[in-house]
Amino acid sequence: MDYETIIGLEVHAQLLTGSKMFCSCNANYTEAEPNSHVCPVCLGMPGVLPVINQKAVEYAMLSALALNCTVSEYTKFDRKNYNYPDLMKGYQISQYDFPIGKHGWLTIDINGNRKQVNITRVHLEEDVAKLHHEHHYSRVDVNRAGLPLMEIVSEPEISSPEEARDYLMKLHSILRYLGVSTCNMEDGSFRCDANISIRPIGCKELMAKVEVKNMNSFKAVYQALEYESRRQRKAVKEGEPIFQETRGWLDEKGETVSQRSKECADDYRYFPEPDLPPLIIDKTWIAKIKEKLPELPEARKNRFVAQYGLLLHDASVLTGSLKMADYFEECVKLAGKERAKAATTWILGDLSRLLNASGTGIGDTKVRPEHIADIIKLTGKNTISGPAAKTIIEETFHTGKSVDDIINDKDLRQVNDISEIQDLIKQAINDNPKAISDYRAGKEQALMFITGQVVKATSGRANPVAVKEILIEELGGK
Amino acid sequence: MLENFIPPYNATVMEKFISRNAVLVGKTNMDEFAMGSSTENSAFFPTNNPWDTERVPGGSSGGSAAGIAADEAICALGSDTGGSIRQPASFCNVVGLKPTYGRVSRFGLIAFASSLDQIGPITKDVTDCALVMNAIAGHDPMDSTAVDRPVPDYTSALSNRELKGLRIGVPREYFAEGMQTGVTSAIEAAIKKLEELGAEVGRDVSLPHTKYALAAYYIIAPSEASANLSRYDGVKYGFRYPGAANAIESTEKTRQFGFGPEVKRRIMLGTYALSAGYYDAYYLKAQKIRTLIKQDFDNALQKYDALVTPTSPTTAFKMGEKTDDPLQMYLSDICTLPANIAGIPAISVPAGFADNLPVGMQLMGKAFSEETLLRIAYAYEQATDWHKRKPAL
Repeated sequence: MDYETIIGLEVHAQLLTGSKMFCSCNANYTEAEPNSHVCPVCLGMPGVLPVINQKAVEYAMLSALALNCTVSEYTKFDRKNYNYPDLMKGYQISQYDFPIGKHGWLTIDINGNRKQVNITRVHLEEDVAKLHHEHHYSRVDVNRAGLPLMEIVSEPEISSPEEARDYLMKLHSILRYLGVSTCNMEDGSFRCDANISIRPIGCKELMAKVEVKNMNSFKAVYQALEYESRRQRKAVKEGEPIFQETRGWLDEKGETVSQRSKECADDYRYFPEPDLPPLIIDKTWIAKIKEKLPELPEARKNRFVAQYGLLLHDASVLTGSLKMADYFEECVKLAGKERAKAATTWILGDLSRLLNASGTGIGDTKVRPEHIADIIKLTGKNTISGPAAKTIIEETFHTGKSVDDIINDKDLRQVNDISEIQDLIKQAINDNPKAISDYRAGKEQALMFITGQVVKATSGRANPVAVKEILIEELGGK
Repeated sequence: MLENFIPPYNATVMEKFISRNAVLVGKTNMDEFAMGSSTENSAFFPTNNPWDTERVPGGSSGGSAAGIAADEAICALGSDTGGSIRQPASFCNVVGLKPTYGRVSRFGLIAFASSLDQIGPITKDVTDCALVMNAIAGHDPMDSTAVDRPVPDYTSALSNRELKGLRIGVPREYFAEGMQTGVTSAIEAAIKKLEELGAEVGRDVSLPHTKYALAAYYIIAPSEASANLSRYDGVKYGFRYPGAANAIESTEKTRQFGFGPEVKRRIMLGTYALSAGYYDAYYLKAQKIRTLIKQDFDNALQKYDALVTPTSPTTAFKMGEKTDDPLQMYLSDICTLPANIAGIPAISVPAGFADNLPVGMQLMGKAFSEETLLRIAYAYEQATDWHKRKPAL
């Protein structure tokens, strides 16, 4: 029997507001001493009251609009009750039945197949404190408690780990474009939990749903869901039961382990937060936020194809990251629109290779768009050769030196004047009799080999096209 | 639970008092977490009624009312969730006002039931009550439920000693069976006095959903309390059970030994009412009743400027008399809790004695009509001398 996989994702993104969700504490705690960004409100002292952070509401509205959601004109906050030492008040202020956004969608791309994944809701809540577990005790750092969190819940319409990864990457990219979150998965400002189940194809009923947590990268999400869908299929095949439970992903072991059985559903005893009146979002406010919507990845991708004639795939990779798309457009601005394809090749080729190998982000590299533009212009004018350009980009990557300086320092100006290299060509012909006879016997590669030898002898400065022409001439034509 | 807890910040009302150079005399006794009607649920010890030390001062703000009645201070604050200012004021022959929900900031008030709690004055007379209101009323950016609306000078409501042109309704549900006869007759006499002062008194008033008020209250208040009291887990402040083996045991034992029986009873009630499968039948239904009770008041107060009732069905009862019967204790607030449910202001003023024990008259009005209530209370007070009587201590 064939089974299909059903996945729904819950994403939590910390919002980049200056202050916390319900108090005026500084929300940027990354470098802060433990428990230094706290006040009676986020500590859950007796008698304190929450006050809604307007910026957080606007960020949630902006995100909801970007995800094609309807922004509710009537929203409210609710208390989600449970006890844990990281939860200061014994309840989390969240949104239950009237989230800020609902009924949205985003489009994913799997091998050229587009699919719409519906988004159930976008709502606001507060983060909890961080627990540091020591040997016999735990310490509580309340700096994170009360940070604004936006939860984005997808419909269970994702049918493979690949789709899940693409959905997450698309969502991640949109939130980065909006500038509402740093979206760092490593430090937990962008977190994902997944619900995954399988069922026989054609069957309408869902089987037991497993919640997977503790996935700290796109790769982890993919691997955990891959593992889990295999595990569930194997269990069914072997007649083992699948329990409704929460499982944690262990990155180093590459498997999920049972954390908590969920035979009885959690009862969070939600009820309306009496300390906050309902939040009414009028049409004018929605319209004002809508005006702030920037061009989103999907639109930008299509524009790149139309405006610069890029391949869809290239446009998609470039626009996947806001910084990379901006970088590309800066290069094009400097080098000229007609050189957009060359810019793409450099960015997605050599530059990306250097960035990936060193784990550097495009925002942090010493290679600036000016460098790329100069390289494109100079190769276009045959001032430098392709290999020389590769040397330059690598040098710039490490030192940040200007393209001109590197050309001068390393004497990389391409030799287009053939008289300068006539002697080298003659010597190459003398030094490689076998290659010459091979060429004369009809082996084209032999010519390439000798050309290479000449270019090498000039440290890459000789223009290979010109060298090849001279060689053919010297050897008496084809 | 909070015996050794010193808050690191001041409540807004305290800041307002301090900024007006008030001399703070001390904190007063009360039922634990404001849950009770006799101050017998105090985490420390019960308070006695200055008029008869064998009797309770009412509650939950019994310490405040008894302290004022015993001349220990000029004024006190109380918090009123279902009558906790007015019922003890009535038992102790002092003035107690529960303002409109949202009139006084709740920031710093240890929450019992957030949608019902309101801070208000307990004073010796109506003038002091107006003065305290001038000091504490108003918007607070720290309390989103405190309404941003100008605060009048409440003392200006006290210039008129006549009640001409004011219509006062007598809702029949508050004069039902089970009321102490001495209380009913005192209030009837007070109503006559209001008429003498020029008020137009109408008896065609009905608040038909009053009979559901107690039930709705004992769903809503404990539900909110069950969440509000979750924070007392021994992790951050206050009592922590020593020597627990792990976090769960620490929380459980801290709450088991840190809370008194009435607090635990209400936490359990509220937790139950909010549980999956019961929410619709209890909490949601109670909220619907709340709307109906509000509508009752809206209707009645369209025709009348204020409604007059007894503050409590009885005078101060004996200590221990109701401690074994929570329902009897709850019934002591039957006349006061509808105003909390509706969010409207209500005042209790001394209105005579029954068997040498004080009787309080309650006046309820539209939202933000504190001035009208103070005006009626003041005119009545000036025409009587009940408030001048002092307990023989």
